[in-house]
Amino acid sequence: MKKVYADEKWCLGCGLCNVYCRTCHSETNDIVKAHNFEEPRPKSRLHVETGEKVNFALQCRHCDDPKCVTACITGAMQKDPDIGLVTNDTDRCVGCWTCVLACPFGAIVRDEDAGKVAAKCDLCVKSGEPECVKHCPNNALKFEDRE
Amino acid sequence: MSLQLGWPDYMVIRDENRCIKCEVCAKQCANEVHKLDSDYDKMMADESKCVNCHRCVALCPTRALKIKVNDLEFKPNANWTGSAIKEIYKQASSGGVLLSGMGNTKPYPVYWDKMLINASQVTNPSIDPLREPMETSVLLGRKPEKLEFDKDGKLKTKMPPQVKLDVPVMFSAMSFGSISKNAHEALARAATDLNIMYNTGEGGLAKEFYQYGPNTIVQIASGRFGVHPEYLNAGAMLEIKIGQGAKPGIGGHLPGEKVGEAVSKARMIPRGSDAISPAPHHDIYSIEDLRQLIYSLKEATNYTKPVSVKIAAVHNSPAIASGIARAGADIIAIDGFRGGTGAAPSRVRDNVGIPIELALAAVDQRLREESIRNDVSLVVGGSIRNSADIVKAIALGADACYIASSALIAVGCHMCQNCYTGKCNWGIATQRDDLVKRLNPDIAYERLMNLITAWKHEIEELLGGMGINAIESLRGNRLMLRGIGLNQKELDILGIQHAGE
Repeated sequence: MKKVYADEKWCLGCGLCNVYCRTCHSETNDIVKAHNFEEPRPKSRLHVETGEKVNFALQCRHCDDPKCVTACITGAMQKDPDIGLVTNDTDRCVGCWTCVLACPFGAIVRDEDAGKVAAKCDLCVKSGEPECVKHCPNNALKFEDRE
Repeated sequence: MSLQLGWPDYMVIRDENRCIKCEVCAKQCANEVHKLDSDYDKMMADESKCVNCHRCVALCPTRALKIKVNDLEFKPNANWTGSAIKEIYKQASSGGVLLSGMGNTKPYPVYWDKMLINASQVTNPSIDPLREPMETSVLLGRKPEKLEFDKDGKLKTKMPPQVKLDVPVMFSAMSFGSISKNAHEALARAATDLNIMYNTGEGGLAKEFYQYGPNTIVQIASGRFGVHPEYLNAGAMLEIKIGQGAKPGIGGHLPGEKVGEAVSKARMIPRGSDAISPAPHHDIYSIEDLRQLIYSLKEATNYTKPVSVKIAAVHNSPAIASGIARAGADIIAIDGFRGGTGAAPSRVRDNVGIPIELALAAVDQRLREESIRNDVSLVVGGSIRNSADIVKAIALGADACYIASSALIAVGCHMCQNCYTGKCNWGIATQRDDLVKRLNPDIAYERLMNLITAWKHEIEELLGGMGINAIESLRGNRLMLRGIGLNQKELDILGIQHAGE
């Protein structure tokens, strides 16, 4: 399946991916409103690691054998058998954070503002191409099928 | 000196209603202008450090930023302008020479904008380049006086070495050191795929760039950095750099901070040492000396590559060009006073040299009068801004044009003219690892390809409009140009008539 891959060679650690991720997962879909006004404050589903030499953006790897799905106590976390996308059904999620503990990448975010649920990358299925990839200014994120 | 008599050149204007405090501006500014103040939870700016490079503006996701020239004014004075006063303040506090990057900023006449191109109407119909073949390729190098063929029609004359360009444009000399490795790589790759040439500059050539050899001009400058037999044979053309349009008559100085491991290897100098190019070549004090170097280089490359000599456009360029042609050069490159640079003393950059348009016309005329025009190809540079400038240059007599500022602008340069600080926020004129990586060569390569491809289309359109289907037929065809708003002396030097004549 197509996944988002970070190319740390070109990642500047600017954090624009975060901005667009949060916007894409907001109600208003407007950068300024999503960041300054919207309540509950929408959460970005990715994490930008920055360091002296290396930067990269990390989001859900949509694993073949997702530990979060196995660990989920309510069945909220599911892997789509056809397209391989791992999603969290926020109606069923009870915010026990077992998935957060189980994820080997630390890619699941706790969204306490939106009613104590787990938030994670959904590859922006609603807009086609992941927003982080679309807006990366240095082509440091690729949306590719590498399997 | 705690008292600063001047004030910041720019103002950072932030629309607080739009700012989302994402800190992208702060993370992207190598000059450390922006900062999130955690006490007030607000973005703050220290505009005294701003160079107006627009990196923050371009990356701000909400377009909350604007950089404006500081409108604080001195008492109006046509003679003591604000910049004249501020320059004195700067020098009085630093005691140093004023430095600048990129080209001349003064409002001297731009002759390209005072020349108009002809088009066919009714007679000699124009040509549609989308329907008919159009030749934009040129060959650079010495042309034989006549061609001889054997009885089968095969060429008997031995052709001197030539370099073929698909478009009459080349990326001019920018050394690895003055620009980043990624910028260098983008130029090399684009030149290869466009089948044009790029120029190493005087910084030698890293081994990994030898693969672009067929599209490489290797430069030999006064510092002779990185010059060795393998280097000379790595390119398809050689260039002796005598002068540069941005700073005629003076040498160069790459500060030690920019001489990291890769630059040190390519230049064959110790890491961290300043790379100083002397003002003259210390073995060239006459045309005869120049001839010796030209032929040394031809010997070293077994007479297989054309040798170019690059000079800055100065008052007596025509006589110098005549000497260069007679010294055995195959190509003369002339760089006008608006040409760019990584660093030049501002006074030199803004006051020395002459416009390339006048130098080109005068050199071409002189070489024709002396019947040695065919002995050399003429390449001109020094602020070629678009395809129309190229067409005008060719009509004035050039064989091809050198572009560098335009190429850098294509990959992101915003002409802030602070290349010499080594803190280029666009990853072009810097060797700082975190800044170099900002220029992804894949993106830069694509942008260069796009620019030259677009210019090629425009050149074809302009040629077609004139009813000409080959760039060779335009060369020196000054009847295709008319002056506008020029006096008789200027028209005489350019060798063109006034519009309406």
